Amino acid sequence: MLGLERKDFVFLIVVLALTLAAPILLNPFPENSALAQFNAGYPDLMQRIAIFAIFAVGFNILFGLTGYLSFGHAAFLGAGSYAAMWMFKLLSMNILPAIVLSVLIGGLFSLLIGYVSLRRSGIYFSILTLAFAQMSFNLAYSVLTPLTNGETGLQLALTDPRVLDAANNSGSLPDTALFGLAMNSTTKVEMLGRVFQFNVGYYVCGLISVLMFYVALRIFRSPFGMMLRAVKSNQNRMNYTGLSPRPYTLAAFVISGMYAGLAGGLMASMDPLAGAERMQWTASGEVVLMTILGGAGTMLGPVLGAGFIKYFENIFSKINETVLHGWFSALPHAIQDPLVWLAARFTGEGWHLTLGVLFMLVVIFLPGGLVEGGQRIGGLFRRRKTDDPEHHPKRAPHVAE
Amino acid sequence: MGILEVKNVGKRFGGLQALSEVNLSVAENTVHAIIGPNGAGKSTLLNCLVGKLIPDTGSVLFDGKSVLGRKPHEINQMGISRVFQTPEIFGDLTVLENVMIPCFARRDGAFRMHAFERVKAEAGILEQAEKMLSDLRMLEKAHLHAGTLSRGDKRRLEMAMCLVQEPKLLLLDEPTAGMARADTNNTIDLLKEIKATRPITMAIIEHDMHVVFSLADRITVLAQGTPLVEDVPENIKGNPKVREAYLGETQDAE
Repeated sequence: MLGLERKDFVFLIVVLALTLAAPILLNPFPENSALAQFNAGYPDLMQRIAIFAIFAVGFNILFGLTGYLSFGHAAFLGAGSYAAMWMFKLLSMNILPAIVLSVLIGGLFSLLIGYVSLRRSGIYFSILTLAFAQMSFNLAYSVLTPLTNGETGLQLALTDPRVLDAANNSGSLPDTALFGLAMNSTTKVEMLGRVFQFNVGYYVCGLISVLMFYVALRIFRSPFGMMLRAVKSNQNRMNYTGLSPRPYTLAAFVISGMYAGLAGGLMASMDPLAGAERMQWTASGEVVLMTILGGAGTMLGPVLGAGFIKYFENIFSKINETVLHGWFSALPHAIQDPLVWLAARFTGEGWHLTLGVLFMLVVIFLPGGLVEGGQRIGGLFRRRKTDDPEHHPKRAPHVAE
Repeated sequence: MGILEVKNVGKRFGGLQALSEVNLSVAENTVHAIIGPNGAGKSTLLNCLVGKLIPDTGSVLFDGKSVLGRKPHEINQMGISRVFQTPEIFGDLTVLENVMIPCFARRDGAFRMHAFERVKAEAGILEQAEKMLSDLRMLEKAHLHAGTLSRGDKRRLEMAMCLVQEPKLLLLDEPTAGMARADTNNTIDLLKEIKATRPITMAIIEHDMHVVFSLADRITVLAQGTPLVEDVPENIKGNPKVREAYLGETQDAE
């Protein structure tokens, strides 16, 4: 079905169902309960998870399959955001043209950078992409100010032409929409002591991310995907088998660049502004973290990684000292204060520290990422049947030589 | 005229004349061995044939067309497949996938964006790969990761990957180098079997004379970058010039 094996089709349906039900599933704790702050079912966070899942799934097509570790993919994300913003300013608040242009710009930009960077492999390739991304960041930050509005970032203005839209006399900025359906409109449903928020923007992001997941699944199962794995495995053999590795790698690079552009376009569609910081190396590093944390080269890994990191970023960073004092209030002050001090280093603004520790633990103990963790837990239950190291060889290193 | 014609090839590395005036003709459906002591220029010659090196002088014609200046993948597409000294395979992929990739390369050329086709729907390619594996008695290993195979099986797999392309010329670069006697014999048997069961043209670069005597139809002896003699194996054995070239290695020449 849909050109998929039965197993993959079921997998896709499960992903689709989880995406549709996310506003409910991510809100397990009742409103006003002590655990309510761990709920993730609010539109802003869910949109982010879906968008970064697209970004990471695309990145995984390059990194997971070919082993080429790009450190500059945020440049395509940023370029996609700027492209979308210009469509909002010049053409229409409809997100469709914005998304189409952001994908095209992401693809063109990655063709340019990929063509040059792919002359090298391994660490040199990574450094080249990093250099290009930093160049793009600086261009966006200062040199190309007329195009990017420099450090302020590109924003909507009442004076924008928006030639396709009807005249705006309301005096306030228009909302992004898909054929009249505003991205920020949310239906709230109160049930079982919980407030579930069904947001249009989230469903647009979620459905597009399922579609992109499907596209990635097809690529993974195609002869093209097999060639990409061959690139990672042995380029010398490829050459002497009559195959040219370069166009395959470049195609993977451009596809992942288009995924990044799409993610950037969606980010601007959900929240119409675009700043240069989206292109910074930390943003490129984030998608690398997501992919490795979840499991590079696996289908579900990047999605898990994106969800995991975005959840941490939003939930852990909200736990400040006041919240911690509340948790430890039962303890005497002499113990409570040092405990709160210690815990505060790892929460609130210190959430990066927790993420760093988790990342190290995963890389050291679960080189295959969260997906490997899941497989190991699954393996505990059916160990006796498939205890055969011959058929479960050690994972190949991530980076191409 | 042979399928491979090497004419007056010379190659110089700085002060070292690695090859000079090499003339060689490999006839179709024969096994031609190129042997020589260490430093005779065997590897340089091979690299000139596959596009890794470009000779300074002379020409290399394959099937009537020059191979000089072409990239390795282009030369492979002309019909030359190569077996390496240490087997070069796709270690992370399964044995079956390893054999499917050369099939795709033959059908689709050096690059094709078949991103929305399904590997499992490629019945023709699957059949071709499985037939090849069963010919070389590797079908039961089809779903193992190639990297987990034994050295001998890796060699066998590499042969399968080359043969499935039905090459007009199969080049073998010291196929038994560094192998134990038993493995060497297995490899020779495999090559004999291949020669007996299908029409094939092979050029074998080899240091060890034993390997090629029972296999080759013709032998060229290379010494100091230039061909010493070319003849049928029986005449090579007793040739005093060859003994001289292998001087100090006379036991090898026995």
